[in-house]
Amino acid sequence: MSNKESVLRVEHVTMQFGGVVAVNNLTLEVNKGEIIALIGPNGAGKTTAFNCITGVYEPTNGEIYFNNKILVRNHPQGKMKRMYLGEDEGEYFGTIVAPTPDVITKKGIARTFQNIRLFSSQTVMDNVLVAKHMRAKQNPFTATFRLNHSEEIRMRKEAVELLKELDLYQYKDDIAGSLPYGIQRKLEIARALATEPKLLLLDEPAAGMNPQETMELTEYIKEIRDKYDLTIFMIEHHMDLVMEISDRIYVLDFGKTIASGLPEEIATNQTVIEAYLGVTEDVGD
Amino acid sequence: MTISYFFQQLLNGLSLGGAYALIAIGYTMVYGILRMINFAHGDVFMMAGYFAIYSMAAFPWQLSLPIVIIGTIVLGVVIERIAYKPLRTAPRMSVMISAIGVSYFLENLANYLYTAMPQSYPQIDILKQIHTFGDITVSRVTIIAPIITIVLTFLLMTLVNHTKLGMAMRACSKDQDTARIMGIKVDRVITMTFVIGCGLAAIGSILYFTDRNTVQPYSGSLPGLKCFVAAVLGGIGSIPGAMVGGFIVGISQIAITAAGYSVFSDAFTFVLLIFILIIRPTGIFGEKATDKV
Amino acid sequence: MQKIKLTNKTIFNIACVAIVVILLGYLQATEIENSYAITIIERSCIYAVAAVSMNLMIGFTGQFSLGTAGFMCLGAYITGIFTMPIEIRDQVYYLYGMASFIHNIQVPLVVALLISGVIGAIIAFLIGWPVLRLKSDYLAIANLGFSEIVRAVLGWDGLGKITNASYGLSNIPAFSSIFQAVIICGVCIALMLLMINSSYGRAFKAIRDDDIAAEAMGINLFKIKQLAFVVSSFFATVAGGLMAVFLRSAATSTFTVALTYNILLMVVIGGIGSVSGSVLGAFLITAGQEWLRFLDKEYYIGSFKVPFTRTGFRMVIFSVLLMLFVLFWNKGIMGSKEFSFDWFKNIYKSIKRRIRRKKNV
Repeated sequence: MSNKESVLRVEHVTMQFGGVVAVNNLTLEVNKGEIIALIGPNGAGKTTAFNCITGVYEPTNGEIYFNNKILVRNHPQGKMKRMYLGEDEGEYFGTIVAPTPDVITKKGIARTFQNIRLFSSQTVMDNVLVAKHMRAKQNPFTATFRLNHSEEIRMRKEAVELLKELDLYQYKDDIAGSLPYGIQRKLEIARALATEPKLLLLDEPAAGMNPQETMELTEYIKEIRDKYDLTIFMIEHHMDLVMEISDRIYVLDFGKTIASGLPEEIATNQTVIEAYLGVTEDVGD
Repeated sequence: MTISYFFQQLLNGLSLGGAYALIAIGYTMVYGILRMINFAHGDVFMMAGYFAIYSMAAFPWQLSLPIVIIGTIVLGVVIERIAYKPLRTAPRMSVMISAIGVSYFLENLANYLYTAMPQSYPQIDILKQIHTFGDITVSRVTIIAPIITIVLTFLLMTLVNHTKLGMAMRACSKDQDTARIMGIKVDRVITMTFVIGCGLAAIGSILYFTDRNTVQPYSGSLPGLKCFVAAVLGGIGSIPGAMVGGFIVGISQIAITAAGYSVFSDAFTFVLLIFILIIRPTGIFGEKATDKV
Repeated sequence: MQKIKLTNKTIFNIACVAIVVILLGYLQATEIENSYAITIIERSCIYAVAAVSMNLMIGFTGQFSLGTAGFMCLGAYITGIFTMPIEIRDQVYYLYGMASFIHNIQVPLVVALLISGVIGAIIAFLIGWPVLRLKSDYLAIANLGFSEIVRAVLGWDGLGKITNASYGLSNIPAFSSIFQAVIICGVCIALMLLMINSSYGRAFKAIRDDDIAAEAMGINLFKIKQLAFVVSSFFATVAGGLMAVFLRSAATSTFTVALTYNILLMVVIGGIGSVSGSVLGAFLITAGQEWLRFLDKEYYIGSFKVPFTRTGFRMVIFSVLLMLFVLFWNKGIMGSKEFSFDWFKNIYKSIKRRIRRKKNV
């Protein structure tokens, strides 16, 4: 492990909504160049974990590191603190870090969404250009008076290149919302890539795809990992895809990590099988 | 400032606040269920004033008060059916624009039907009787208003927390789609919300206008906005919050007027709003909601 | 050197501009006979600026902002104060006397408008700071409230030396010609259009379509909303200043909530999310309100009174119209499309195709 460069490190992250603990003391690590899968039954807290990493939610407790630098840190306060620590335990150390999602994206983490969230009334090109906005050197005045011409041209050139590389160029001027489902999924990945990320989080990229499309997607994910020098962390339900491409797998159930390891280890892990199929005693009779 | 002057103004504030609270409850209930600001609510309240003028010209007050309340409820339900129901699946902004359209329509209609001249509100003797306590002289409506408000709020909370209809309302405000799947007739719940909201607005209008003596087509728009502020102050969606917010807005308005800054009595409410949005955006009784991603 | 390409389109555009200039020139030359038409055009142009500025928030950024009248009120007073002729000031401020620090400052119209716009923008920045972090409903109500605060403050005796309190301002110099009004309004709308079509405009629309996805694409929601609000308020304030010049006076009673609703009507009828729609809406509503004035009069045919028509009927019709648009045609005339001359080309082509088809048959 020591020779590998850690990209994402999640430490003891807990996310509590009222009385529901959606993610419970999650700890995991993603290293450079890896494809890591996060699996688990419905409602296990996978997407919540993603939302904590991307800043949509502030975790109740825990720390997240990106490239070994602190990205998110939160500690419970008031009543919650007592719940976590007991009455007179020691204090937490370290300042609270709670950046908004855009700051996290700017640092180099991009994501896609489980239920596609494209800018559906805009063209494919504009969808990609929105993602390019963040890194463009411009301000409202230069943009309004077209003094950022060279930047605009660069953005468009890069967007066209990206679309060409991902076989989406033919849809360039189509309205995103009118595209077929599979293309929309691809466009979401393209849009995420346009933010020039180092770590890409994919939330169920193969949801709603048939086996043929899933197979294509498997190749596609490997391809973009190599082409853009990415690290990929994904939530997925399609076991074929997960077993085929992931270097390691984390299994989540009721907010807790119940297993982690190489694909072949997970496939034979008794706890995992029980989590997915239910414990045999319950089923029997 | 003498102590009796203080109490006199406090009573006035409570009375005005009571009327505001009853209107604010209508805003907060509709917002709780439909997630929209019912911009027309203030104008419904204004129309209730006109209903009272015309019904009391023809009937004794015992009969005309129910007529006013029923008329206002019918108006509210008709508005909901025509202007809001067809837009149930439309973006929230369209519904709010529709509400603004209704508000605009009611103001112009009142202007057309009853002219822009202020009309004098009928006097109900039993409400207008003067009481004297030491140096303080108040009309009966001033004393009754806060009491009616508190009693009605209490009744409404019992309804919401302990009846089947109340349970359906709470379910709809949490998640309309799921409520529908569970067999709740969402449209009927929404209609009932408007019935209750408009009924309270009618009572509020009687209390408000009896103290103020005249009605004109625009006398609903500003109080309406203030009552929405009251609802935000108390925590939007919370009925006791709307009541407390109503009292706060009413008392502060009277306080500002008594201090000699009557020009700012309207503006102060909105200063209060911006202030609460900075320190506690969820209002006094509000809860934080998280959107699902 | 780049060569200027003379395509059909540029020739067509130049021709259109020329026609407009000639028409306006004709109106200006016959100012006295056509003063009514000039009034309508100037008023429409000013409303168009206000409507586009409102559309920038509502239609392009998806934030329900209803502060237009408040900002216009502010703009009207600031522009009025800075453009009023010095020699007439003592006469206008006869009751309070004008404060000495502004008494002798008179600037050209464009400078006064810029000052108004900048002050409006600064105030928008301050309001946006607490409110734009919240849901857009609060923005609507906070802005309506802001309009009331502006009206109360400007009408307050304590500021009488500056604002002339409840007496308002009068004798503000009028537009020098219809060209001045049209050009200023045109420049304002063009600037907003340029911004909407820039990278920032794409960010506005991204927030409107899906704020969570926009944030995930690295767009700072608060900053971009703040930008849209500040720009929108800048132009609303400028529109208010133009209104003061047009009316030659400024009074708080002109800028009530009803004015905001009126501008909202233009935006809705024109199409939420379309600049050309808002301009069209502004012209249609303004002209329509003039044409339908006959509804406000009472008519008798012999001894028979024509039903319904009397004072106020026109506005009832207008509000019904707004409701019909909202309920049955909520996309408005233009939807979110923009006007372009290609339409005419397409219509021409389709007619040609149809004729050809008929010939073939």
